[in-house]
Amino acid sequence: MNHLSEEQLVLYHYGDAGDRAENAAIEEHLHGCEACQVQFAAIRRTLDTVQSAPVPERGDGYGTEIWMRIEPRLAASRRPWWQTASDFFVPRRLVLAGGVAVLIVAAFVAGRLSPGTTQPARPPAVAAGKANGGQPAATQEQVRERILLVAVGDHLERSQMALVELVNTGDGPKVDISAEQIRARDLVSANRLYRATAVSAGENGMASVLDDLERVLLEVANSPSTLTTAEFQKVRERIEAQGIIFKVRVLGDNVREREVRPAPKVASIRG
Amino acid sequence: MDVHDDAQDVTQAQAGDEPAFRRLVERHSRGVFQLAFRLTGSEPDAEDVVQEAFLKAYRELRRFEARSSFRTWIHRITVNCAYDLLRQRPRHKAESLNADEGDGVGGIEPEADETSRPDRLAFGAEVQSRVRTAMDLLTPAERTAFVLRHFEGRSLEEIGEALGLRVGATKHSIFRAVQKMRRALAPIVGCS
Ligand SMILES: [Zn+2]
Repeated sequence: MNHLSEEQLVLYHYGDAGDRAENAAIEEHLHGCEACQVQFAAIRRTLDTVQSAPVPERGDGYGTEIWMRIEPRLAASRRPWWQTASDFFVPRRLVLAGGVAVLIVAAFVAGRLSPGTTQPARPPAVAAGKANGGQPAATQEQVRERILLVAVGDHLERSQMALVELVNTGDGPKVDISAEQIRARDLVSANRLYRATAVSAGENGMASVLDDLERVLLEVANSPSTLTTAEFQKVRERIEAQGIIFKVRVLGDNVREREVRPAPKVASIRG
Repeated sequence: MDVHDDAQDVTQAQAGDEPAFRRLVERHSRGVFQLAFRLTGSEPDAEDVVQEAFLKAYRELRRFEARSSFRTWIHRITVNCAYDLLRQRPRHKAESLNADEGDGVGGIEPEADETSRPDRLAFGAEVQSRVRTAMDLLTPAERTAFVLRHFEGRSLEEIGEALGLRVGATKHSIFRAVQKMRRALAPIVGCS
């Protein structure tokens, strides 16, 4: 058996290295291999050091102190949405970028997925330049990945903002969501394309979040335009129960990060 | 930390009883602060997160269902608030710490004479500051996953659920977090 990898050792420390058999195999190797024991001890020392960094103390009166600080703000947090909604706006850049990104992705997906095409279509030169900094060394695969990341990143940002606005809408007896529905419909059609692209690119984690997102967007798009408070509340609860806004945000961050760093050499980094 | 009291206070607070909400705040503030501090590594940021988390809880209280405990719920909100703050906060550039790209440790200078005595330094200000710097190298997702696994003992599934990541990606985030910290702390912990 080869030596244990750093990843195996870290995960083993947390009991997350795999099933019982995998754990036993790691344990056995560790038992008999001095080099791996040294590695493992070093990992533990690091974690002990991190563990030893103290958390500042907070006394018994801390809860009361927090209450004093937030109490004056509780009334404000009951303010109706239209007085607070200005926090959420859609940057113009994104509104414009949306359609362009869809076209670019559509172009190369069409090339890639159309029946009988063995050679994937070349993405438009402008997109390749933007996504790749014009370096000729990148493979088509990398270019394609960058385009997908840039486009999906924008899409996630727009979706997130649309959903945040939606859940912050309306406390009256009737809630009009027709404007949000128009946005949701646009986002659904873009989302379908990105999801299909993610699936075909083997980006399963991305596909799964896009899948969840699509269901929520569809629900919004297909609701009546005017909802009673109770109906609206249900829509809002379903959005929140799924934690979809947060998931979209995390995936968005993930994607933005991959946009700027070199293509991963480790296959498992694909999330 | 009486669960029954929490349930009762939640019900009353949901009906608009402010003193009941105050009791929840008073009971959970310290736990929330501890988590917020682990996640942000900064006292002022943790204080902001604590306040934001309770304000958010107050706004969304009527949507809270008693399926989970109030503690679990407020901790989840805290994770969300801290994550939002982390992603807005400038972070150390950690690219040079990528697994296959050498061993630069961005801004941390080794101090040779300290390397042999990690035990003596365990609680020193120097170690503390190095740990903080090392934690700042992590991406928001890595940091959150690590804190939830290491300090909160949450399962991979729970963490994945909270962050919208699959188990494999969650594992990888935790590993990356430990790997980055190992490299950053090598000068004081020892290299291998
Ligand atoms: Zn070995």
